[in-house]
Amino acid sequence: MSEEPLVSVTGLTKVFGEGEGAATVLHDIDMTLSRGEMVALLGPSGSGKSTLLTILGTLLRQTGGEHRMLGEDLSEASDAERTRFRNHNIGFVFQFHHLLPDLTAVENVMMPAASSAGRETAAMRSRAAELLDAVGLSDRREYRPAALSGGQRQRVAVARALMNEPPLVLADEPTGNLDRESADQVMALLEQINHDTGTCFLISTHDEQIAAHCPRHIALLDGRIVSGG
Amino acid sequence: MRYAAKIALRHLLATPGQTILLMLGVAVGVSVFVFMSALIGGLATLLTQRTVGSIPHITVEMADRDPALMLPDSGAQVVVQKDLSRRAQITVWEPAVALAEATPGVTAVSPQIRGSAFVQRGQAIAPVGVIGVQPDKLSAIADIGGAMVSGSSALAPDSVLIGQTLAEDLGLRTGQVIVVRSDRGRERSFRIGGIFALGIASADRQALYMNFRTARALFDLPSGISRIEIKVAPPEDAPEIAARLGAATALKTTAWTEDNAQLFEALDAQGRTGSIIKVFALITIVIGIASAMLLSIVRRRAEIGIMRAMGASQRLVVGIFVIEGTLIGAIGAIAGATLAWLALIPFPPLDEVSGGGLPVDRAQGDYFLAIFLTTLAAVAASLLSARRATKIDPVEAIGA
Repeated sequence: MSEEPLVSVTGLTKVFGEGEGAATVLHDIDMTLSRGEMVALLGPSGSGKSTLLTILGTLLRQTGGEHRMLGEDLSEASDAERTRFRNHNIGFVFQFHHLLPDLTAVENVMMPAASSAGRETAAMRSRAAELLDAVGLSDRREYRPAALSGGQRQRVAVARALMNEPPLVLADEPTGNLDRESADQVMALLEQINHDTGTCFLISTHDEQIAAHCPRHIALLDGRIVSGG
Repeated sequence: MRYAAKIALRHLLATPGQTILLMLGVAVGVSVFVFMSALIGGLATLLTQRTVGSIPHITVEMADRDPALMLPDSGAQVVVQKDLSRRAQITVWEPAVALAEATPGVTAVSPQIRGSAFVQRGQAIAPVGVIGVQPDKLSAIADIGGAMVSGSSALAPDSVLIGQTLAEDLGLRTGQVIVVRSDRGRERSFRIGGIFALGIASADRQALYMNFRTARALFDLPSGISRIEIKVAPPEDAPEIAARLGAATALKTTAWTEDNAQLFEALDAQGRTGSIIKVFALITIVIGIASAMLLSIVRRRAEIGIMRAMGASQRLVVGIFVIEGTLIGAIGAIAGATLAWLALIPFPPLDEVSGGGLPVDRAQGDYFLAIFLTTLAAVAASLLSARRATKIDPVEAIGA
């Protein structure tokens, strides 16, 4: 008996706008992601990578097709249910770190857990500290984002994505704003986490060197999967 | 909500200058609210004090007998001829005085004999209203003792006290002798024991105080009295106390409020004007806080988006901005009320307010009401604004 995929999408389409001005961004996407996978989502700008990621991350609803994760049909879930599901099961790393400027590094890492619990706890702080240690920022816990370098901020963002131990992390051009050295460091970090924790990473990029860190590639072109689905 | 409070505090502390400016705006609005409350309240108190200060709060007189009531359903037509030969008097007055004195809220009771008379000094004649009072109750209603400008306030059987205007009109001085001729046709000479100036034109021109017993003889009232005048505290209780005394004594009681309806209308209009100004102050606060919150939400759009993307609930986002707005409102309100309280210290007490001075009563500043209403308004304004935050699409906000 084969294991149920972590994520499965079937016949997924996304159309923006209505009538004559409607633009179909994703066409009939079929794909699955399994636990522990590290997948690169490749494609040029405008190919629909970010739109697919936001739909998989429950930030956006598809126009048609089915989207399931951990056996749940997320297409039918309410906004509140999707928010709760996202908080517990999906981590995000964006091209721009998007850290909260008024919180320290450790507080930023705690944010996904604290915002669902309504408070910060010692256990959360301890876990956030461990994650910052893991991304090599143990000496920067109490620094605010403004006092960190671009690579350090992105590493804090990676730690934040892992705070709730989600089975899936979606990374949208996570190294797009970093120099090559920092980019390689961040990718090495993601590989390490994937190896150590079994977290599934779906990393969108148009950089072949970044994609080389991932064993599996899915290529998108004009909203269609052309390979690897 | 602890986490929402923490984030809200961080937002406020991130831009201390802007936060202080916002709180200052609220504080100014609250100061206006408090100042208007103290001014309107003080003005009302001063006007009431000055109006009721020298007049009786309740007047007790003989009730008019209505002959119609004596012939119920008789079908008879009643023609009333008022008996002008007899003076209306309260014949059994001591029990009424005793009852009034024992009534809670009553502070002074003065049985009086009143009548019209002429004062003559040489060729000069002037009409006066004679008030015969018990010497120890001379100042029970109007503070005659404190208003003496010459002579003594002691009411000897052969002396009278007259107002300053009357004295000037007739060229009279303390110690001189005048003739008083009552409307009962009786005449007697008196020495002017003292001259008073109450500051009330009618009293200073026409009132003449004399000993209670002397007045009895002058107005042919061997046992009865004309009226009982009563002071109560607070003066606003007069109608209720008057009604109770009227029911208990079967005498006609009139509260000062019945003769001063215009004053009440003026005070009411003044109070409404003050309320309108206070409402506008509150509206300004609401608009200020709502604008500040909306600006904050626009400025923090990306942060809200990222929090929503990370799974923060709409409730948490609303909570953050409601707490932020409420803190601005509450701290601003407390600061405004405190500043207003301090700013009102230099104003003199109402008793010492003279011409041109503002009758501000610090005790009527409505400080806690201002803080409560402002905080409530801040919660409402923040809630209205925070709804905008829940509509932020995280995908658009973070440009994912």
